[in-house]
Amino acid sequence: MEVTKLVCIGCPNGCGLTVEHSGKTIEKISDYGCKIGLEYAKNEFTEPKRIITTTVRVKAGDLPFVPVKTKDPVNKEKIFVVMKEISELEIESPVHVGDVIRSNIAGTGVDLVCTRNIKKVS
Amino acid sequence: MKKLEYDLVVIGGGPAGLAAALEARKNGVKKILICERAPYLGGILQQCIHNGFGLQYFKEELTGPEYASRFIDAVEQSDIDVKLGTMVMEILEDKKIISVNREDGMFEIGTKALILAMGCRERTRGAITIPGSRPAGIMTAGTAQSYVNLEGLIPGKEVVILGSGDIGLIMARRLTLEGVNVKGVIELMPYSTGLIRNKVQCLDDFNIPLLLSHSIVEVHGKDRLEGVTIARVDQKLKPIHGTEQYISCDTLLLSVGLIPENELSSKLGCEIDTVTRGPVVNEKRITNIPWVFACGNVLHVHDLVDNVTQEAEIAGRAAADLINQAAAEVEKDVVIRHDQNIGYVVPQHIDALNNKEKTVKFFLRVKNPDEHVRLVVKDNFDQVLLNLKKTIVEPGTMVTFNLPRELVTKDTSSISISIAREQAE
Amino acid sequence: MKTEVLIIGGGVIGASIAHQLAKYNLDIILVEKASDVCMGTSKANSAMIHSGFNIDGGTLKGKLALAANKVVKQLCQDLDVDLVKPLGSITVGFEESDLEKMKKTMENGIKNGIQGMRLLDQQELHEMEPHLNPEAKYGLFEPETGIINPFEYTVALAENAVINGAKVMLDTEVLDIMIENKTVKGVKTNKGNIEAKVIINAAGLYADKIAAMVEDIDFEIKPRKGQYFLYDKKWGNILTYTIYSAPTKVSKGMIVVPTIDGNILAGSNAEALEDKTDLRTTAEALDQIYTSTISHLFPELPRMGDVITTFTGLRAASSNEDFIIEAAKTVKGMINVAGIQSPGLTSAPAIAVMVEELVRAQNLELDFTPKANYEKGRKAPVMLAELSYDERNALIEKEPAYGEIICRCESISKGEINDAIHRPVPATNMDAIKRRVRAGMGRCQGGFCGPKVLDILSRELNISPLEVTQKGNASFVLAARNKELPLAEGDQKNEKIRI
Repeated sequence: MEVTKLVCIGCPNGCGLTVEHSGKTIEKISDYGCKIGLEYAKNEFTEPKRIITTTVRVKAGDLPFVPVKTKDPVNKEKIFVVMKEISELEIESPVHVGDVIRSNIAGTGVDLVCTRNIKKVS
Repeated sequence: MKKLEYDLVVIGGGPAGLAAALEARKNGVKKILICERAPYLGGILQQCIHNGFGLQYFKEELTGPEYASRFIDAVEQSDIDVKLGTMVMEILEDKKIISVNREDGMFEIGTKALILAMGCRERTRGAITIPGSRPAGIMTAGTAQSYVNLEGLIPGKEVVILGSGDIGLIMARRLTLEGVNVKGVIELMPYSTGLIRNKVQCLDDFNIPLLLSHSIVEVHGKDRLEGVTIARVDQKLKPIHGTEQYISCDTLLLSVGLIPENELSSKLGCEIDTVTRGPVVNEKRITNIPWVFACGNVLHVHDLVDNVTQEAEIAGRAAADLINQAAAEVEKDVVIRHDQNIGYVVPQHIDALNNKEKTVKFFLRVKNPDEHVRLVVKDNFDQVLLNLKKTIVEPGTMVTFNLPRELVTKDTSSISISIAREQAE
Repeated sequence: MKTEVLIIGGGVIGASIAHQLAKYNLDIILVEKASDVCMGTSKANSAMIHSGFNIDGGTLKGKLALAANKVVKQLCQDLDVDLVKPLGSITVGFEESDLEKMKKTMENGIKNGIQGMRLLDQQELHEMEPHLNPEAKYGLFEPETGIINPFEYTVALAENAVINGAKVMLDTEVLDIMIENKTVKGVKTNKGNIEAKVIINAAGLYADKIAAMVEDIDFEIKPRKGQYFLYDKKWGNILTYTIYSAPTKVSKGMIVVPTIDGNILAGSNAEALEDKTDLRTTAEALDQIYTSTISHLFPELPRMGDVITTFTGLRAASSNEDFIIEAAKTVKGMINVAGIQSPGLTSAPAIAVMVEELVRAQNLELDFTPKANYEKGRKAPVMLAELSYDERNALIEKEPAYGEIICRCESISKGEINDAIHRPVPATNMDAIKRRVRAGMGRCQGGFCGPKVLDILSRELNISPLEVTQKGNASFVLAARNKELPLAEGDQKNEKIRI
């Protein structure tokens, strides 16, 4: 049996987590402080995922870029593929918090949503 | 000069100011004005586009702008007045505030109470005097964050970050995502000063090295930065000769700490704590000036916006009590003391008698990292009020605890807080 | 391009000469290789207008400083340039031997015609400067020393010259001097050739390099480095007068002075150098200045923390340690003004008069008729902080940009920044704005207002944000527009720091 140590990023506490496993099969998860930690350890060991936050170009907005996020975490391996697709986007203003800018971004099955209201200016 | 009258003026429309104003409104204050210098509300949260906000307060993970928007929406739906692009120039002792903006020019606001919520600023390079030339390409991490997230402009292509503060770690990831090579983060101390989860998700995820016990000993370049010389430091934080290494880079970001912005408060005569660099307050966030309250990063630098919101709500309620004449003058002042392992404690005073709230929440920072410690709270009769176990304490992570009010009596004159390594049994 | 008088160098000396010669019917061009005037020695120094009490009146520099001291205060008034009030300096001594030196200095001052000097006993010394080290025993008071903002002064001189018809060309570097029949014909620059009847070499540290273009290689200019501390305004009340530490063999003593902006400036040492571009500050020198002078004189001043910035100034020292102001020996039509180290800032008006005499002596068919509509003054830019609230409101009503505060620390409005960009000598980069209106000069050092100032520069100058510089040349503040950099895919191939 092997042991992998992880640090939970689920909240600011940053609990240390212990995953005991045989190869890719998890035997036991311990040291987590809450169920976010337990869930995180499972995912992080099998398929690490991250929420991506970045910006997207806006036409005629009161800001030139709108902040966005992936509504759910995406596979860590896909981060730069997602970023590449985002870099090519340009959206019309106005937009509102929660508006979906692109569904299923880069084939991840996750939607890209706005996180700030942007007004249209002439 | 135009003259306005309000019951409550809040300086700053960031998370602290918004929450304080909303809470005061909820508690019956009618005429409230928020003065915000930026052209929008939300303060620094608007450039903190990453997630991680709100887990405590909203029980869900939000980005900075999302967290801000919940309060902005509430303010916009309320009858709280907001003046954007408005800079407060001076606070006068007779409860008048001189402000300026494009539309009103210089104008005067009379008020019954004032909440200071101006936030903080970043330490700069000059303040830490790195030797070397003075090329372009050196800025604070927060300035870079503003360029990238608000203006869509990238400061450089090869970046070194000095200081492992959270903004620096966040910017390491942010710039990497946009195609910048972040070559490493240099930290003077033997520990990271930011949250550990930010080290994991911002540095480790992208193979960005964190060099602890290192310093930048020289910057190079005439027009634009060309490189920095780094070196390992000894226990006294002095560079060790022979460990110098030249790192080429066109940008140096500084994430070496934040300082509450108290120029207005100092001028007014607020007593400033030399460690927090914010006003000295009691648990209601009243400064030494009875009509002036302070909350958020202007009071002390918080790790979490959730704590800022809670603190601002305390200040908002207390200001409402003052305005509604529901609160008496401070009757029994209790001084909070702490031992040398603790850097600071907020609040620095509590009022033993006048308070409706059942517990007092304390915020403190330790001076050095430690493990398996006990946090002990005693009163002036050497009576142990609290004895709490803490597994890990770090200067970068605020320690909080609640003191039940019933433990503070009319005979209590001071409370002392200590942190010490647990004795082996 | 063609002119009569071509001045090389936009420091205080070049600007003073332009200001002096602009009184006459002369065509004048001043060329400066940096992106602003006052970018070399004139910018980073002790900012002092010396009374001359501690200067050797027998040298050329001593004579000129004493002559200039009589006119410089009136000149400042004409040009709307402020001096720190009150005037005066105190030399501070700790030892018996310091007192002896101070007595000698006082004799020298009396010889130089300085009135009102007196020795202070310990009690009076500490009454006048209560924050001085309690161990300081002796003081020499002298009532004439002044402090100006050297940058503001240089800009004022140059602006007055421009108002009177002179042309200032920034970012213009002289590459060579054109000569025919042993007479100068003009200069070659990166902006093209400029024909001229007379060339005045006021190139500061590079005066020897310019002189060498006409094979005049009699002198060499060596940089001498001095490092300084600038303290936050919260320390502004720690002293009243210019404070000298007791003089040593090599210097008039180090100084701690109040600045026009209410900060405290302290320095400097003197290090001989070869590299004319070495503006580095060094921990060793700063430590030494701090220990030997700053904390010795004012123990309350911290080593770090409230130090807004530290910086280096390079003085242009000639081999004989005196000013060299003379016609070139190898060609007709060129005047060298070289080796202008301390007290150059003070001496500048007298140097300019001396240069005028040298130009006249060249007999070059120049028209020295006084200009008919000569303006002797110039109006300083509007500074809101100095106006009453009603005056500010009147301005804001006319131009709302004066109500939009850009720099929080110094309360500088957008209107003031716009003005700086459109002055007779314009500010075209971040540091130029900072020097003119102090935006970015405060506690946050441009952290908050930097992005806004950059945006204003980009709009007003009609250039891309990526073209805005920190201090001219290739000192670009930013590198790219977001979303335009190539993205790393999968594993980062980029090189990281490795230990």
